[in-house]
Amino acid sequence: MATTASLANPNTFSSTITHRQQPPASISTFNAFTSTKQPSFKTLISHKTPTVIRHASVIAAAAASDSPSSAPATSFHGECYVVRDNIDTDQIIPAEYLTLVPSKPDEYKKLGSYALVGLPESYETRFVETGEYRTKYPIIIAGDNFGCGSSREHAPVALGAAGAVAVVAESYARIFFRNSVATGEIYPLESEVRVCDECKTGDVVTIELEKSVLINHTTGKQYALKPIGDAGPVIEAGGIFAYARKAGMIPA
Amino acid sequence: MATSSFISSLPSFHISISKKKKVSTKIMAVMTPQTSNRKPSTTGSVKSGMTMTEKIFARASERTQLSPGENVWVNVDMLMTHDVCGPGAIGVFKKEFGDDAKVWDREKVVLIPDHYIFTSDERANRNVAILRDFANEQNIKYFYDITDRGDFKANPDYKGVCHIALAQEGHCRPGEILVGTDSHTCTAGAFGQFATGIGNTDAGFVLGTGKLLLKVPPTLRFVLDGEMPDYLLAKDLILQIIGEISVSGATYKAMEFVGTTIENLSMEERMTLCNMVVEAGGKNGIVPADATTFKYLEDKTSLSYEPVYSDAQAGYLAEYRIDVTKLEPLVAKPHSPDNRGLARECKDVKLDRVYIGSCTGGKTEDFVAAAKLLLASGDKVKVPTFIVPATQKVWMDLYTLPVPGSGGKTCSQIFEQAGCDSPRSPSCGACVGGPLDTYARMNEPQICLSTTNRNFPGRMGHKEGQIYLASPYTAAASALTGFVTDPREFLH
Repeated sequence: MATTASLANPNTFSSTITHRQQPPASISTFNAFTSTKQPSFKTLISHKTPTVIRHASVIAAAAASDSPSSAPATSFHGECYVVRDNIDTDQIIPAEYLTLVPSKPDEYKKLGSYALVGLPESYETRFVETGEYRTKYPIIIAGDNFGCGSSREHAPVALGAAGAVAVVAESYARIFFRNSVATGEIYPLESEVRVCDECKTGDVVTIELEKSVLINHTTGKQYALKPIGDAGPVIEAGGIFAYARKAGMIPA
Repeated sequence: MATSSFISSLPSFHISISKKKKVSTKIMAVMTPQTSNRKPSTTGSVKSGMTMTEKIFARASERTQLSPGENVWVNVDMLMTHDVCGPGAIGVFKKEFGDDAKVWDREKVVLIPDHYIFTSDERANRNVAILRDFANEQNIKYFYDITDRGDFKANPDYKGVCHIALAQEGHCRPGEILVGTDSHTCTAGAFGQFATGIGNTDAGFVLGTGKLLLKVPPTLRFVLDGEMPDYLLAKDLILQIIGEISVSGATYKAMEFVGTTIENLSMEERMTLCNMVVEAGGKNGIVPADATTFKYLEDKTSLSYEPVYSDAQAGYLAEYRIDVTKLEPLVAKPHSPDNRGLARECKDVKLDRVYIGSCTGGKTEDFVAAAKLLLASGDKVKVPTFIVPATQKVWMDLYTLPVPGSGGKTCSQIFEQAGCDSPRSPSCGACVGGPLDTYARMNEPQICLSTTNRNFPGRMGHKEGQIYLASPYTAAASALTGFVTDPREFLH
């Protein structure tokens, strides 16, 4: 069940708690820096200049110049990599690589080379080929509880450093979701159905963020996604700090 | 009230799950009832009761009332970070607030190297140095440094595992908000506070502002009643619960533990319980503070604190009632903490090694429990048995505290007589695998039973390694036979 916070009432999220789990916390509008109820920032303009490093396979949709939207008009396209349920942080980035500090550029790059290297041998195709730093799969498709386990931020960072732009999972562990948004490394998108059962690694897919839809060109099927909501602009800006600066909440 | 009988391999066991809002409980509201500034007609609800987690959020966000689902800015009381995530958090802090920026409060930041300490890995060593430089530059009050890796005892400040050190140093206080760059920060909920794990970026934000944007979690209530059988430990209780609700059963939720069993648990046992709530996806675990808590804190902190308690009419998402007298020793089988099984039903599983350590199962009482069982048998272990105390204090206790009923023997003596490996330098050790030269790391595809908290593939090192999670009693019993063993085989 989708939850969106309206900008008119930024301090309250109304969310319906489902029997599985409630919709993840998206980093909502910040009001710590001002004391007014209404957000004092201007709504981010949804434009997308594909940056070479992070969004290798991003197609910029027609820029919406002045329309305030809570989701950026962006598409992601490429081959998908499919994993199962409960992919924990040790599989995403094994503990022995945690000595790499994500805020150091050369170590950030190295983290990418180890993304998903902890997956068991039953996964025949590697997410990142040995000796490479980048993946050929910009989109990951997963089952339930993706990112469970540790709070290590190295997990979404490794995926982003490797060149993944989005994960489409049935559900997320909360710290992983939160870290993905805070760092702006990847979009943690949620599907309505078990997409991991209907896609295979190598399928060519497109994600239309604004329409919240995943299209599998190989199978010809289409899937609705839960709207990314207010987390979208935060990730697009590059994380909470970048967003707060862009929005004028903290001095640039 | 809807109840469901849980059909499983557990004999005559009943969990009742009620999805009702009102809870009958002996917990008193200690705070005076909050008066809402809204007129009753605008709320549409008579209830203003809050759970203790909600109350902590309310106080920390300077509000009188709030409900689950609301995103609020809270004032953080303590921030903890260690050698793995500290450098990253510091990097974010400096990048975002400036190279010359100062942390929001030099007395509210605790820097604890504990993960990759006793290793020759250069980057791991460098990461401790990064913490040191930051501590010096910022004049951080609590930095538990280690400079001589060859002899941990030569480092008077060094503590060991962060979650146990936080408790032992008096940094966990009822009613407060503690965040840390480690998923098992939830351990501190044992002290009746809100404690949860966060990432480097959030931690960098807290370093600069002392605030964090958090969503108020709804609470799952676990009522555990009955006298704890003498073959069970808190580890069995939490394995029972995780097996019940699954690894995502508590995602985004608070897990509140009450009941007569809980009231009779020691602080260390409560810590074991809260430690693994993250394995159920939980945002935080919490136990109401009581005389046991206050006694524990007496000699550890001089800071004042104000405990909070759930209102009688607080709302819960669900309530689980557990009669602990009906439980049996458990294991979590490979490869998930919710893959629950009875220890006695796994007796054909041959083990290659047993590991006793970590924030979950490496505290003083965990070792005393293991020692008691080894003593009761009088035999020697049949597989390599690794003993890794969580902190320096625990290590000292192993060598000085007499084990009850042993005629004055210490844990270390009992371990030695049973043929266990000698106790090792305190740290997180092999629980999390770590650099390749970490003591007791699983570098081959072996089967290990451990008192640690996670058993996903590759957790302790080798991807094909198999890990059975269990209590210290079960670990000791299994070490004696070389197979997964129910501790009742040795405890009368």
